[in-house]
Amino acid sequence: MKISVQREDFDLSLETKLLSKSDGVGAVASFVGVVRDVRMTLEHYPGMTESALTKIAEEAATRWKVLDCTVIHRYGDLAPHDQIVLVAVASAHRGDAFAACEFIMDYLKTQAPFWKKEHRPEGAAWVEARASDDEAAGRWEPPARKAS
Amino acid sequence: MKVKVLFFASLREQLGTSGEEIELPAGVATVAALRSHLARRGGAWEGALAEKKNVRAAVNQDMAKPGEAIRTGDEIAFFPPVTGG
Repeated sequence: MKISVQREDFDLSLETKLLSKSDGVGAVASFVGVVRDVRMTLEHYPGMTESALTKIAEEAATRWKVLDCTVIHRYGDLAPHDQIVLVAVASAHRGDAFAACEFIMDYLKTQAPFWKKEHRPEGAAWVEARASDDEAAGRWEPPARKAS
Repeated sequence: MKVKVLFFASLREQLGTSGEEIELPAGVATVAALRSHLARRGGAWEGALAEKKNVRAAVNQDMAKPGEAIRTGDEIAFFPPVTGG
């Protein structure tokens, strides 16, 4: 599993090529999030971000047959068309890869501590969380509670 | 007890600080109690941390509910709902 929170851009074809080397792999599903139409600055909570992404990826691996996965999320200043996030999952078959990829992305949207500040001509403003993101994450059964 | 408090994004800007070490009076032992304790400072604190505001919290870098207990040495973060991805 590769989890990275970084300023630098990433290379989708390189990352999926690495995943396709997994033993028993038959499918690699990937998602790339791109900056829509406005410059932005992404802030995060160093330390918690990495552990939150790791937990989400581990949760996906308990639900589907995941051979390996990669999650890369950028922070700092980004411009329209820049890549923001990559989620890629390697599995034996496409069903597991598609589902785990979508699950990781949905949970990341509501659980990983990132915040977007948009820089529009009229001024800078923090992006408000969307109820539709909570609904998307809520489609999945709740994560198994860890015995404490 | 002494804890470390952190603020992120719009909350950090409204409060003008990214965090502090704070000595808590006896009785402030949950996330919700800490939030009320800080809000009682008034001004920007009251505005940003008021109960009606949608503020999330983490204890030791794990998402936490308001009733979660806090202990000496803990790192407690307050922030708006996340907007990554």
